[in-house]
Amino acid sequence: MSALSDLSLRWKIPLRVMGAVLGTALAVTGALVAREYEEIRQNLEGHARSMGRVLAHTLIMPVLHDDIWRAYEILQSAHERDPAAPELQAEVVLVTDADFRVFVSTRPREFPIGSSAASRGGAYGLLRAELSRGTQTEQRVLEPVDSPVYFVMSPLIADGVALGHVILGYSKTPFLPRFLGLVGRAALVTLVVLAVILPISWFWSRRTGQPLLRLAEAMRHVPVELEAAHLADLPHSRDEIGQLGSAFRRMVGELRNKQELERQMLVSERLAAIGRLTAGIAHEINNPLAGMLTAINTYKRHGGDDPLAAKTLSLLERGLTQIRNTVAALLVESRVEDRPFAPQDIDDLLILVEAEAHACGTKVVIDGMLGAPLPLPATLVRQIILNLLLNAVAAAGNGGIVRLHAHTTDDSLTLAVFNDGRHIPAEELPYLFEPFTTHSGKGHGLGLWIVYQIVQQLDGEISVDSAPDSTTFTIEVPYGSASRSPAAALSD
Amino acid sequence: MDRVNRSPGSQSRRRFLRCAALLAALAPLPAGASDETLRIGLTPVFLDDQMSFLREWQRWLEAKLGRAVVFIQRGNYREIVDLVRSGKLDFAWVCGYPYVRHQRELKLVAVPLWQGRPQYRSYIIVPADDTRSASITDLRGKVFAYSDPDSNSGFLYPRYLLATHKEDPGNFFGRTFFTWAHRKVVEAVGVALADGGAVDGYVWETLAELRPELTRATRIVERSPLLGYPPFVARADIPPAELERFRAVLLGMAADPVGEELLRRLRLDGFTRASPELFAEIAHMAARVERL
Repeated sequence: MSALSDLSLRWKIPLRVMGAVLGTALAVTGALVAREYEEIRQNLEGHARSMGRVLAHTLIMPVLHDDIWRAYEILQSAHERDPAAPELQAEVVLVTDADFRVFVSTRPREFPIGSSAASRGGAYGLLRAELSRGTQTEQRVLEPVDSPVYFVMSPLIADGVALGHVILGYSKTPFLPRFLGLVGRAALVTLVVLAVILPISWFWSRRTGQPLLRLAEAMRHVPVELEAAHLADLPHSRDEIGQLGSAFRRMVGELRNKQELERQMLVSERLAAIGRLTAGIAHEINNPLAGMLTAINTYKRHGGDDPLAAKTLSLLERGLTQIRNTVAALLVESRVEDRPFAPQDIDDLLILVEAEAHACGTKVVIDGMLGAPLPLPATLVRQIILNLLLNAVAAAGNGGIVRLHAHTTDDSLTLAVFNDGRHIPAEELPYLFEPFTTHSGKGHGLGLWIVYQIVQQLDGEISVDSAPDSTTFTIEVPYGSASRSPAAALSD
Repeated sequence: MDRVNRSPGSQSRRRFLRCAALLAALAPLPAGASDETLRIGLTPVFLDDQMSFLREWQRWLEAKLGRAVVFIQRGNYREIVDLVRSGKLDFAWVCGYPYVRHQRELKLVAVPLWQGRPQYRSYIIVPADDTRSASITDLRGKVFAYSDPDSNSGFLYPRYLLATHKEDPGNFFGRTFFTWAHRKVVEAVGVALADGGAVDGYVWETLAELRPELTRATRIVERSPLLGYPPFVARADIPPAELERFRAVLLGMAADPVGEELLRRLRLDGFTRASPELFAEIAHMAARVERL
């Protein structure tokens, strides 16, 4: 049973439809055959009754005149075989007198004149019990139990007196071949109809099941292969399956959004953790570092003239200064006091980048100009743009193009830096903004980390869209009422 | 329309009505029969149900006699015999038994020759599957089929036979019935509707050739001695010239090519003159039976 219910809809729907079609065909055929059977039966009985009436009427005179031969001839002509309808032919016709003794019969050897109609035994023996029952002046159909023959008994009535009876005996067996023929024909017609309907209904039921199957197939990809599930060919109709399909598409879309969100959260959380760790370490390094540098300074100013010591301290000072620079680079802090970012800053940046661009053979284009200074810390924004431009120039390489697009709204600045150079592989994107991540092999890998830190501090958002020959870093930084940063501290 | 024209009109109507009344009186006879038509009655002393043969015989007779001929058939011998006795038929082919009974009212015309003789036999037959009965006396209490109460071979002879066995023909059989034709006696006995029957030997032998399946279902248990063959008779008041003319046609039938062919189909050899003595045996039997 469970095996049946486990069967795929691919088979279940067609099989059920087939079953319904077969069942209908059988029911209709059965009903038709039953009706036909009843009709044949009725026809037969009607024919037998009218034959009985005609014979009874015709035989009155021969019986009255004791004309056996005339009666026999009448029976013979009534008994003539009709090849088209053999079941209409009575097996035997008996004419009996009032005492149910044979006056004449179509089979004189079996029913000799003067013998009892029931003397032959068998069905005719059963007939004896039926003969005397009921009214003698009415036509009766006698069907003795277990008899292979049934009888139509018509009284010979002259002036209200029953002279005798005409008994037509019909065998039930000739009826059978005709009935079987009927069943055979009905079965043939049913088969022909089925031969036409079954393939059509198979095809249609397969078609009906197809969207469900596709849906189930798409479901199997959830949640591991959302992309495959998303691309599945689902029905777009407005029926329930179509609704299911669109609901499924919605679900997959939301799942994808959720996964994307989770991934982004993971990245930003990791970056935040790295940031906190880096800041902590930087602070811990900075404190003794400042002390050490101050000590070296003090020694240089007030210490002896030992050239070896001076050389060693100078070496220490350079190393410590490098550490301080590196730590300072890690520790991006919004400077509380800064001037607003002005349109001229972009021109400055272009000049700053141009030397590098020239060296690489890259063309740098600036799109869109700022109309007025923005309430954003100029140093930080300049740092972002400079880092991104330098990265882009490095990526674009010889003959490449770098484009900076700056755009402002009432409460935000959008910066987009485009280059047509080497793109960033998808698998590297999650780690792009981590410190000491370098893709070009050059630099210390802190550029994007710094950009990220600054954007985070400015409550902005950064996104990367990288495809072959087209990589764009987009940064949106809010200001004014949309900004949570202490922009109010800015001074002109 | 004036009176002069009306008078002949009403006269012709009166004549028409008279004719119609005459026709109504003749209703049992064919309406087309006129005074010139020769009316010949036929009985089932031969196989009278061969309509195509009768038509050809009628045409032949018309050609030979030079006048219209009508065959008249009835359900039994008596009607034909009565019609010829009352002069409503000119000639009739009847059985020897009614001939001897009404000899004074009938004129003997000619007697057919069968197997070279103007004589035939009566056969007592039983169903072929009755292998025991050897004589009519074995059929006591059984069902017996006669052909016609005015038939010699199909009624008189078996009754005479029983009388010679000191049996009462009226009570000997359990049940008897008439088939009104010899051929049907053969059929009735063949299907065992009757346990025995009496039949014209000529009819039985002819049937044995034409419809052997009918006679094969029967078995002959007794044959009568030779008896006078059913004759052609004429009404008593037949003009002698007419009788002679008809007799000449019958007697010349065997010499005529078409007539011979017709006789061949009847399985007869021809016709012969005969004297009433030919039927003496039948008359004797009739007297014997009627005494009972």
